[in-house]
Amino acid sequence: MIYRENGQFKTTYAADQQIFTIAQDKWFVLGLIAFAFIGVPMLADEYMFRAILIPFLILSLAALGVNLLVGYCGQITLGAGAFMAIGAYAAYNFMIRIDGMPLIAALLLGGVATAGMGILFGIPSLRVRGLYLAVATLAAQFFCDWAFLRLGWFTNYSPSGSVSISNLSVFGWSIDSPIEKYLFCLIFIVAFAFFAKNLTRASIGRQWMAIRDMDVAAEVIGIRPMWAKLSAFAVSSFFVGVAGALWGFVHLGSWEPAAFSIDRSFQLLFMVIIGGLGSIMGSFFGAAFIVILPVVLNQILPALGALVGVEISTAGIAHAEFIIFGSLIVFFLIVEPHGLARLWAIAKEKLRLWPFPH
Amino acid sequence: MGFFIETLIGGLMAGMLYSLVALGFVLIFKASGVFNFAQGAMVLFAALAMARFSEWANIALGGDSLLLANVIAFFGAGVVMFLVAWVIERLVLRNLVNQEGATLLMATLGIAYVLEGLGQTFFGSQIYAIDVGMPKDPVIMFESLFEGGVMINKEDFIAALIAAVLVGVLTLFFQKTPIGRALRAVADDHQAAQSIGIPLNRTWVIVWCVAGVVALVAGIIWGSKLGVQFSLATVALRALPVVILGGLTSVPGAIVGGLIIGVGEKLSEVYLGPYVGGGIEIWFAYVLALVFLLFRPQGLFGEKIINRV
Repeated sequence: MIYRENGQFKTTYAADQQIFTIAQDKWFVLGLIAFAFIGVPMLADEYMFRAILIPFLILSLAALGVNLLVGYCGQITLGAGAFMAIGAYAAYNFMIRIDGMPLIAALLLGGVATAGMGILFGIPSLRVRGLYLAVATLAAQFFCDWAFLRLGWFTNYSPSGSVSISNLSVFGWSIDSPIEKYLFCLIFIVAFAFFAKNLTRASIGRQWMAIRDMDVAAEVIGIRPMWAKLSAFAVSSFFVGVAGALWGFVHLGSWEPAAFSIDRSFQLLFMVIIGGLGSIMGSFFGAAFIVILPVVLNQILPALGALVGVEISTAGIAHAEFIIFGSLIVFFLIVEPHGLARLWAIAKEKLRLWPFPH
Repeated sequence: MGFFIETLIGGLMAGMLYSLVALGFVLIFKASGVFNFAQGAMVLFAALAMARFSEWANIALGGDSLLLANVIAFFGAGVVMFLVAWVIERLVLRNLVNQEGATLLMATLGIAYVLEGLGQTFFGSQIYAIDVGMPKDPVIMFESLFEGGVMINKEDFIAALIAAVLVGVLTLFFQKTPIGRALRAVADDHQAAQSIGIPLNRTWVIVWCVAGVVALVAGIIWGSKLGVQFSLATVALRALPVVILGGLTSVPGAIVGGLIIGVGEKLSEVYLGPYVGGGIEIWFAYVLALVFLLFRPQGLFGEKIINRV
């Protein structure tokens, strides 16, 4: 009754090709963005920003990048953590080695550097596919772990091996309170999400999807696999690199290579698969699930233990978190292999028929 | 020259240890098409079970016979791994038949988390020792050929021997026994195998059991070398390049791949490492595997990948 396309006539091509063809969708997304910009800063407290909202935003940007590659182009990657590291360290080097480097330019240049590395590590995808490729991308992960730990140039020869950046400011707007950091990340994520959405609707996104569905057939109809695969690697790495730079600059402030370990790569792939392959919205769902779950478990488990009168040790909680996290992932994969985005789509279908399902 | 050969032999032996872990990957991939990231966690779980069981058995027996305690522990851990295989098949694999490779991969990562958590909850999270009475003293060989001879770690040598025997047994098992034939049939084509009356579910339990036993042996050997601790789970990551180098579907490939990676790692670390700051072992293995992949996308011994439209 509320949500249906009846009566919304399109009279121009432009109107027919807009992102959200149904007006309700458009207003919902605009409302969500407005709420994120205005409502959330008024409601959330500092802990929420630091522990949940900022990591959620940055990781959903990274998940978006991974989704472009895995979900849209069908190239499984386990090296996303490494690309985040490349983005962070590249942006750091641009920042400290060039005087008067603007913050946003440094972040984007970090993304560009990552895109270059992404193309380099994407070359194996021209020869190998599927699980072989997934393992091949681990090479990027281990190489980067090593390079940022052992090669002093990247960390500006800092004796402790960790690098830090402070006094972030854009056009005189100094970003130091959690709310400002949150808004800064939000601007990035909104811009990039629209960018990604448009990419996937454009010729390049359709080429990726053709390659994903069957690369030999795609080649036959005139899509260049090399161009399509490498461009997917480049764009995906650009997203992930910017996310990595934000993670280092805005969320952590000072970091060392362990912040972008292989666990991060797995985490990003989890987000994409649990959220839904080949779905922009799904990347956000997945990121929310993976970011919030450990926080919730951390809060609930001791309380639950106290309820039944068992004192759970810190180590015990950590192990229980492992178990519950793992089983929930398996559970989700069994119940809804197409991810949370699929549930979202089903909900929309239901809403369209409501309240007259027949 | 003596030093070169020493490095070479050290590499070969390390390679045998990698191929032990790699075998687990190959077995499961062959029979069910699942790329099992939980293999490392299974190694950790099995080693933890073994270490604690032998400790408890030793106390129960009053410390009389270490050998008996170890034998009891080995069978106990074997039973535990059987249970793990059965539960995994029952709760996870059965429900994920016909899903895509990536989904199954993620599921095994989930299993890995569960196993790591469970293992440490049941058996504790300290560092434990496994003592199966392997000699630790090095021996000097070929003293007449080179100055100073070649030093070989006896423990490594025995471990390599065990790995070789295990591979021989597994090859026989796969080629000669009826169960082995059934496994190969399932690997070849699920539906065809089912239509001639091979029970899929039981076959999967069997293959996960075999992988569990391989994990147990790998866990014992690695555990007695490094001590049983959480980092044992990351051994699997060291073995991944071995698997893709040798081919995901080939048992001999796991061995040859392991040897190549082992030797490559050691030689690169010794001769190349000092120039770039050391610690290049891990990524060098991956890059080596990658270079091989560029020329043979299915790995050295993998089945040829044929694409049809």
